[in-house]
Amino acid sequence: MADTGLDKSLVPAHRYPGRLARMWDSDFVFNFRKSPIAIVAAVVTLVLILSAIFAPWIAPHEPFNPATWDIMSGNSRPMVPNEFTGKVFLMGTDEQGRDIFSTILYGMRISLFIGFSAVIFAMILGITLGLLAGYVGGWTETIIMRMADIQLTLPSILVAMLIFGVAKTLIPFEYQDRVTMWVLILAIGLSDWVQFARVVRGTTLVEKNKEYVQAARLIGRGPGAIMLYHILPNVLNPVLVIATISLALAIIAEATLSFLGVGMSPTQPSLGTLISQGQQYLLSGDWWILVFPAATLLALALSVNLLGDWLRDALNPRLR
Amino acid sequence: MAETVLSIHDLVVEIPTRRAVLRPVDNVSYDIKAGEILGVVGESGAGKSMAGNAVIGLLNRPAHIKSGQVLLNGTRIDNLPDEKMRKIRGKDIGMVFQDPLTSLNPLLRIGDQLTETMLAHLDITKSEAEDRAVAALEEVGIPAAAERINSYPHEFSGGMRQRVVIALALCAEPSLIIADEPTTALDVSVQAQIIALLKRLCRQRGTAVMLITHDMGVIAEACDRVAVMYAGRLAEIGTVRDVLTEPKHPYTEGLMASTPLASKGQKRLRQIPGSMPRLGALPTGCAFHPRCPKAQDACRMDPAPTLENGAACWFPIDTDQKVSA
Amino acid sequence: MLAYTIKRILQSIVVLLVVGLVAFSMFQYVGDPVDNMLGQERTQADIERVRAQLGLDQPFPVQYWKFISNAAQGDFGISYRQKRPVMDILRSSAPATLELAFVSGLFALIIGITLGVITAIRQNGFGSGIIMTLSLIGVSLPTFLIGILLAHLFAVELGILPSKGRGETVIIGGWVWSVFGTQIQFPSWRTGFLTESGLRALILPSITLGLYQMTLIMRLVRSEMLEVLRQDYIRFARARGLRERAVNFRHALKNTMVPVITIAGLQLGSIIAFAIITETVFAWPGIGNQFILAIRAVDIPMMAAYLMLVSVMFVIINLIVDLLYFAIDPRLRVDRTAGGH
Repeated sequence: MADTGLDKSLVPAHRYPGRLARMWDSDFVFNFRKSPIAIVAAVVTLVLILSAIFAPWIAPHEPFNPATWDIMSGNSRPMVPNEFTGKVFLMGTDEQGRDIFSTILYGMRISLFIGFSAVIFAMILGITLGLLAGYVGGWTETIIMRMADIQLTLPSILVAMLIFGVAKTLIPFEYQDRVTMWVLILAIGLSDWVQFARVVRGTTLVEKNKEYVQAARLIGRGPGAIMLYHILPNVLNPVLVIATISLALAIIAEATLSFLGVGMSPTQPSLGTLISQGQQYLLSGDWWILVFPAATLLALALSVNLLGDWLRDALNPRLR
Repeated sequence: MAETVLSIHDLVVEIPTRRAVLRPVDNVSYDIKAGEILGVVGESGAGKSMAGNAVIGLLNRPAHIKSGQVLLNGTRIDNLPDEKMRKIRGKDIGMVFQDPLTSLNPLLRIGDQLTETMLAHLDITKSEAEDRAVAALEEVGIPAAAERINSYPHEFSGGMRQRVVIALALCAEPSLIIADEPTTALDVSVQAQIIALLKRLCRQRGTAVMLITHDMGVIAEACDRVAVMYAGRLAEIGTVRDVLTEPKHPYTEGLMASTPLASKGQKRLRQIPGSMPRLGALPTGCAFHPRCPKAQDACRMDPAPTLENGAACWFPIDTDQKVSA
Repeated sequence: MLAYTIKRILQSIVVLLVVGLVAFSMFQYVGDPVDNMLGQERTQADIERVRAQLGLDQPFPVQYWKFISNAAQGDFGISYRQKRPVMDILRSSAPATLELAFVSGLFALIIGITLGVITAIRQNGFGSGIIMTLSLIGVSLPTFLIGILLAHLFAVELGILPSKGRGETVIIGGWVWSVFGTQIQFPSWRTGFLTESGLRALILPSITLGLYQMTLIMRLVRSEMLEVLRQDYIRFARARGLRERAVNFRHALKNTMVPVITIAGLQLGSIIAFAIITETVFAWPGIGNQFILAIRAVDIPMMAAYLMLVSVMFVIINLIVDLLYFAIDPRLRVDRTAGGH
């Protein structure tokens, strides 16, 4: 400090911290560091997502290749050597000798893929329509918001089932298995855009009359640029919160649809399909076929929900 | 000599935050006598409202009274349990808030809000309370009070609503009223009426008033004495005439010079350079020294003295000197 | 107020017309009703006859209008799957669903509001923390899983409550009254409220169905309540020395009611649709079960009728909510009080 030749009293007592250090010190991160629940939820979410992504490398078996099934090891209890083959399975096996742990990893992969895709679809649709409704106003706004109202009178699960039912007739039978996943993404995404659109429209209505937006308009920026660079950043916080909570909802919705038999088929099971199958074994005492997929689904949905809950409180200091 | 109603001794209010413990009220002491109106003036954030909330026991957590005493009619009230303090609120201390548009519950008739307050504190029947409610509204100058008792707040104008708020604050006949910026949210034309009403009612009943405001005009019009606050501390206290005409603290002088009413004869209003520091970043020494025209080394090093020489200042303005200059 | 109500009713009718359009489009573009009505052996003449019989040779608006006016009279056509009028199916299975929805809605409202108020008042209390965490678990557990677990615990393990069906039911109504010579027949209703086994059978499904709505209502009441507790009039009520109970219930809770009943209305409206899941888990013989079967069999008339039914329920609940606004908030009754002074 002496080398700079500056009068020491003129230099602020603490050095101006770097970007990372400032982020570390920000209220947001501080809040996170001080919240054990948020940390645990984040870790669990991360571990589950990573193990879904790397399922092919982690899973001890290939659950969907019948050649690898070991009927002899069927109905093995978790962590107990099988009475015929002596093999040990972390979470047991089902009737056909499929390793439950591996099916869960692959099932989670499908559940998470559908969940993320549906939320991204809903988010893009909702943000676009919300920005348009709020910024353009007039008839555009009326039509979009009435659509949202009507959408709200139809519960998401019903919309998803109807889309699924309709798609089933429109798509030839032999393609159905392949496109089921995309139909689910479309169905769940379409039933979820209203939340995003409403929040984005609300914020847009407030922001578009502020002076900085008028200034941007005065210097000749087009509506597209204004929406993208000036209004959109204002809605990111609430959108992030809604997206997180929507992810949990989408995963649950997918599981529910699969449970009701209008989702992923047993040949390509998601967590919901696995639970639906496992339910049949509950009465015969093979609890692990139901309990482990169910616990995974709960852990996934709960940790995402906890993160969403924490995010909402952290990004909305008024409520603290 | 009238009795002392409210007496605050060395009151300290603290807010613990992540980085530091803030002191929005720091070692403040003053008395208010029966029938007296004490104006508490200062910029926003000077701690004047916080002191009022501390007296009535409505500090929002995590703010709390750290030390000092609050005495009401000779009894300590700053350490009372919640339920005892609740019985004092409304009964012995009435409060008037800044914004009459938001202080009244929009879903309840004003008559109901009046009677519920009286029934909470006075040993009277419901019909007696209703009669008194009409009388209370008449007293604050609401025409056709017997009919308006069944109206909802949204059916009144802002000025009328503030009259209702005053009726509510006074309906259990408290000995002290804390009026927190009672005219700030009102139209200028209504402000004087509300101040006059408050003044008249309190004089009639001998109620002590703590009138919190940032408006020197209101002080000049309504108050007997005035306390000037700066950054949580008391800068100066005295009778309105003394403080307004012969301010001793440079801050008070600056405040006067920047007020149209008090600076008659000046061609231009002066302003105090800079702004009040945030509580988390108070300068060393006297909190006012960075903005003070008379600041010297002592002001930068040592905290200001406590109201010696009539002002919390190392170099209070000498009136004679001012005349000669 | 009257003008507002009429406006809302007109809006509701528009909503129903649009949902009707969606339902009607399903008829038009999804599957071929002629295929569904006729078997493999058919002649061109058969097809023409059926098309004319179903009105498919008419222009689109005429067909739409016919669909709507039939629907308004309760005629949704013949179920492809069961070959009998959709209305008959709905009429026989609706009581089961409506009773289930009613009980779980009541459960969700009462418990949800109570817990919401408690957790808001004791915002930082230990109990509130536990309730809030439990509620998140409730939201994170899919309804069907809750149902499976409850059924297994109380029916299979403990054996104290039934896990399948409605128990004993009693048929009420169906009476014929003669008023001024006109015969009026009351609709008959198969109820589970009147027998012990019927009531016991309601417990698990109602909890399963209501739990999710309950947590949502609870969290909503809590956040609205926290918002209201920050308002000036609550501070003023405290400053007037009112009792905590009066402040919390008389002043705060009442002010949270407008947003709460708005959302609660939406939630209760969706209970009918969410009953699909519960009915599947508990083999409850309601319309949700019929809908699942219809989806799997692509039974379009059934699907369309169900869609319309859910929308009608929604619209009715929302109209009730709108009228409740007036009861709660005097500011909305402006046109009535304006002449008063």
